[in-house]
Amino acid sequence: MFKIVRKQVLSQTIKLIEVSAPEIAAKVQAGQFAILRISENGERIPLTIADFNREDGTITFIFQEVGHTTINLGKLESGDHILDLVGPLGMPSQISDFGTVVCVGGGIGVASIYPIARALANKGNRIISIIGARSKDDLILADEIEKVSDKLYITTEDGALGQKGLVTDVLKGIIDEAQIDLVVATGPVAMMKAVSEMTRPANIRTTVSINSTMVDGTGMCGACRVEVNKEAKFACVDGPEFDGHLVDWDIVEIRSRTFIDKEKMVMEGCTGGGCSCQR
Amino acid sequence: MSTVIEKPKKEKVDRQLMPVQEPHERVKNFDEVAFGYTEELALLEASRCLQCKKPLCVDGCPVHIDIPGFIKLISEKDYQKAIDKIREKNDLPGICGRVCPQESKCEGNCLLGKKNEPVAIGRLQRFVADWEFQYGEYEVEDVTPSGKKVAVVGSGPSGLVVAADLARLGHKVSIMEGLHVPGGVMVYGIPEFRLPKAIVQHEIDNIQKLGVEIKCNTLIGKSNTVDDLLNSGYDSVFIGTGAGYPYFMDIPGEFLNGVYSANEFLMRANLMKAYLFPEHLTPIRIGKKVAVIGGGNVAMDSVRTAVRLGTEEAHIIYRRSEKEMPARLEEIEHAREEGVQFKLLTSPIEIIGDENGWVKSMICLQYELGEPDESGRRRPVPIKGSEFELEVDTVIMALGQGANPMVPQTTPDLEVDKDGNIIVDYETGQTSKPGVFAGGDIVTGADTVIEAMGAGKRAAQAIHEYLSSGNKRH
Ligand SMILES: Cc1cc2nc3c(=O)[nH]c(=O)nc-3n(C[C@H](O)[C@H](O)[C@H](O)COP(=O)(O)OP(=O)(O)OC[C@H]3O[C@@H](n4cnc5c(N)ncnc54)[C@H](O)[C@@H]3O)c2cc1C
Ligand SMILES: Cc1cc2nc3c(=O)[nH]c(=O)nc-3n(C[C@H](O)[C@H](O)[C@H](O)COP(=O)(O)OP(=O)(O)OC[C@H]3O[C@@H](n4cnc5c(N)ncnc54)[C@H](O)[C@@H]3O)c2cc1C
Ligand code: SF4
Ligand code: SF4
Ligand code: FES
Repeated sequence: MFKIVRKQVLSQTIKLIEVSAPEIAAKVQAGQFAILRISENGERIPLTIADFNREDGTITFIFQEVGHTTINLGKLESGDHILDLVGPLGMPSQISDFGTVVCVGGGIGVASIYPIARALANKGNRIISIIGARSKDDLILADEIEKVSDKLYITTEDGALGQKGLVTDVLKGIIDEAQIDLVVATGPVAMMKAVSEMTRPANIRTTVSINSTMVDGTGMCGACRVEVNKEAKFACVDGPEFDGHLVDWDIVEIRSRTFIDKEKMVMEGCTGGGCSCQR
Repeated sequence: MSTVIEKPKKEKVDRQLMPVQEPHERVKNFDEVAFGYTEELALLEASRCLQCKKPLCVDGCPVHIDIPGFIKLISEKDYQKAIDKIREKNDLPGICGRVCPQESKCEGNCLLGKKNEPVAIGRLQRFVADWEFQYGEYEVEDVTPSGKKVAVVGSGPSGLVVAADLARLGHKVSIMEGLHVPGGVMVYGIPEFRLPKAIVQHEIDNIQKLGVEIKCNTLIGKSNTVDDLLNSGYDSVFIGTGAGYPYFMDIPGEFLNGVYSANEFLMRANLMKAYLFPEHLTPIRIGKKVAVIGGGNVAMDSVRTAVRLGTEEAHIIYRRSEKEMPARLEEIEHAREEGVQFKLLTSPIEIIGDENGWVKSMICLQYELGEPDESGRRRPVPIKGSEFELEVDTVIMALGQGANPMVPQTTPDLEVDKDGNIIVDYETGQTSKPGVFAGGDIVTGADTVIEAMGAGKRAAQAIHEYLSSGNKRH
C-alpha cells in the first residue's frame, strides 16, 4: 500500500497527488512512468511520474479524470492509500546538452513535459516551452514550467489565457525563426502527430511520448505495441519516447480507440447482466 | 506331487476416469472442467499401483516424488501422511496434479503403462492435495536462522520452489515480483477452468508460512538491478523471470484492433479477471468469430477462453497437421468437445481491417507436409494459389514466447544465448555471475511448471552450498 501524502486540485478535472514510494523515488528519471491499481477489481493504469523528491521518498502524479479509474483516484484524499504501484517503468528521456530545445505540452501532457524540461534545463539546454490547454482552467503547471524555461508560451483554444489557438501555431513561428536542436512533445496523439509533421521538413529531431493502452507495463503482453521505423516496439519497455518522425501515426490512432465503447459502458454504470457485451 | 498354492488373483481394475463438467455446461462458465476423484475412485485407482521395488515412475518426475509411497498411504486412507509424503518433494502439489503433462513425465514411465494404461498418478496427487485444501493441516517446523539473505526474482514455480527450500534451510528469502500478484504464468496465463486461482493462492500461502517474504510490484531491472540487490545485503540472487516475451508473426495487419498476443488476451482474462467485466474493470473484446494462431497449449487455453467469453465461432489455425500439434491430447479433445473448429495445414499471410481499423478478415494460405525438418517434424510447404479469406473479428497470436529481456539487459555480466536465455550449469543453475543463479523458462525457454520446479530444487541446493561454503563474491 502506498500512502498519499498530499493532494491538490488543479482544476475541475485535473488533480495532483504526491505518494510515498521511496524505492521508486530513489530511481526514477525524467520520462518514466508508473502503473497503479486502486482496488481489488481495478484496472492497471499508467501515469507519468510528473515530479519526485528523493529525500522525502515521494513521487507525484498529475492526472485528468477521464474514466472510472482516474475519477476514483481523484476521490482519494491525503492519508488514503493506493493498493498497487509499480515503477519506475519505461526508458528515461535522453537528457544531454542538445542546445536549444522546444518543449511542447498539450492538455494533461503538460504533466509529462515538466520533468523532462527540468532535466534538460539542468543539463544546460536553452528551453523554450509551449504549453496549451482547451481553456484557462485546464492549464496546469505554468509556474513550474516557467521556472525551468528561458521562454514560455501559453496557448488556449478559447483564447482566455495566452495566445488563442493551438501549441502548433506557436511552434510554427519558432521553427521558422530560430535554430532548434530538439523538439520534445507530449500530449494528445493529434498534437504529437502535427508537431512531428511540422518539424519533419526542417529535419529537426523530434521526440514524442506514446500513451498506448497497457496491461502489465513490463513487456509481457504486447498491448502497447507501436510501429517505429517499420519495427514493432513496446511502448512500456522500449518507450514511451520515440522519434516522432519514425512513428507510424495511423497505427497509434487506430490503437488508441480499442476500448472506447467498453470504457463508456463502465462509466454509464453497467453492472454486468446476462447480456453479451463482451462480444 | 507338490501342491501349488495359487495366489488369489487381483481383479483387474481399469484406469479410473475423472468426472468432468459436460461440454455444453462448461462452455458457459469459468469453473474447473475436471471435478477430481471422489474418495471411492481414488481408492480404486490407488489399488492399481503395483508398488514396484524399482519404481520407474519416480524417475519420470522431475522432483522425484515417492510415488508408490504416497499411493500406498492413499490405499491406507491416511491422506494427511500421503500429502506430507508428496510435500517432501513438491510444494505445489495441487497445481502439479492438475497441470503436469503426466503422460510424458511420471505416468509416461509407469510400468503398468507398458502393457496397459498407467496409474493415474496426477489425479491421485490432485486428490490428496484437494483433501489437504479442505481438511488437512500444514505444519511448519522451526528452523535456526542462518543469517544469510537471498533475493529471488520472479514468483513463478521456479522462484517459489527455490524460496521454499532455502527458507527451510534457515535462509531469509525475499521474492521480488513485478506484477501485483505472485504465481507467474500460473496466475496470469493458465486459465481458471484448468487451474483455479484459489489453489495457487493456497499453495503460495503455505510457502509464505515458511517465512518467505513476497514483494509484489517490484520489477527488477527498473526499481533495482541484480547488482543493486547484491550490493544491498543479499548474499545470493536467483533469477526465475520466465519466458513472457510475446512473439508476433510479422505479417501485414498485426497492429489492427482485435489482434492480441495470447499473453495479452490471457492476462486480461485471468490476471485482470476480464471475464467478470464490468465488475472487474479491465475490458476485453471477443468478437463473434475468433481465430487463434498456433497449436500448443497456449493456443488451446486462448481458444477455450474465447469460447467461454461467448464467441460464436472459434478456430484454431495451425500450419502443420494434428499429429504435429504440441498441445496435450486432452486439451485438443476438450477444445473439440467445446465446439472449436480446427483449420489445419493453414497459416495466415495477412490480416485485413475495416475502415475503423478493426479486424474483419484474414487471408490464409494452405499447406501440405513435405520432408522432415531439423525438428524431425514434416515441414509444411505452401500450396500455390490456395489463398482464401476467412471472416474473423478477433485474431490471437499464440506463437510461443521468448525470454523476458529486462534482467539480462540490466545485468551486464550475465551471459545469455542467442535467444536471450540465461546460460547456466544444468546441475546447479549457476550463471556466469558469481552468487547469481537462474532456472525455469528464462533458462530453458517455454517449458513446464514441473521442469521449472526441478530447476528450482537443484538451484536451492547449490545456493545453500554456496552460502555455507563461506564463498564471498568479492
Ligand atoms: C505512459 C503513459 C503515461 C501516462 N501519463 C498520464 C498522466 O500523467 N496523466 C494522465 O492523466 N494520464 C496519463 N496517461 C493516460 C492514462 O493512463 C489514462 O487516462 C487512464 O488509463 C484512463 O483510465 P480510466 O479508467 O480513468 O479511464 P478509461 O475508462 O480507461 O478511459 C477513459 C477515456 O480515456 C481514454 N484513454 C484510456 N487510456 C488512455 C491512454 N493510455 N492514453 C490516453 N487516453 C486514454 C479512453 O480512450 C477513453 O476515452 C498515460 C498513459 C500512458 C500510456
Ligand atoms: C497459457 C499457458 C499455459 C500453460 N500451461 C501449462 C500446463 O498446463 N502445464 C505446465 O506444466 N506448464 C504450462 N505452461 C508453462 C508453465 O506455466 C511455465 O513453464 C512455468 O510457469 C515457468 O515457470 P518460471 O518459474 O520460469 O516462471 P513464470 O511462471 O514464467 O513466472 C515468471 C515471473 O517472473 C516475473 N518477472 C519477470 N521479470 C521480472 C522482473 N524483472 N522483476 C520481477 N519479476 C519479474 C513475471 O511477472 C512472472 O510472474 C503454460 C504456459 C502458458 C503461457
Ligand atoms: S509432480 Fe507432476 S510429474 Fe511429479 S509425480 Fe506429480 S504429477 Fe507426476
Ligand atoms: S511405476 Fe506405476 S505401478 Fe510402479 S510404482 Fe510407479 S505408479 Fe505404481
Ligand atoms: S503493456 Fe504489456 S507489453 Fe507493454
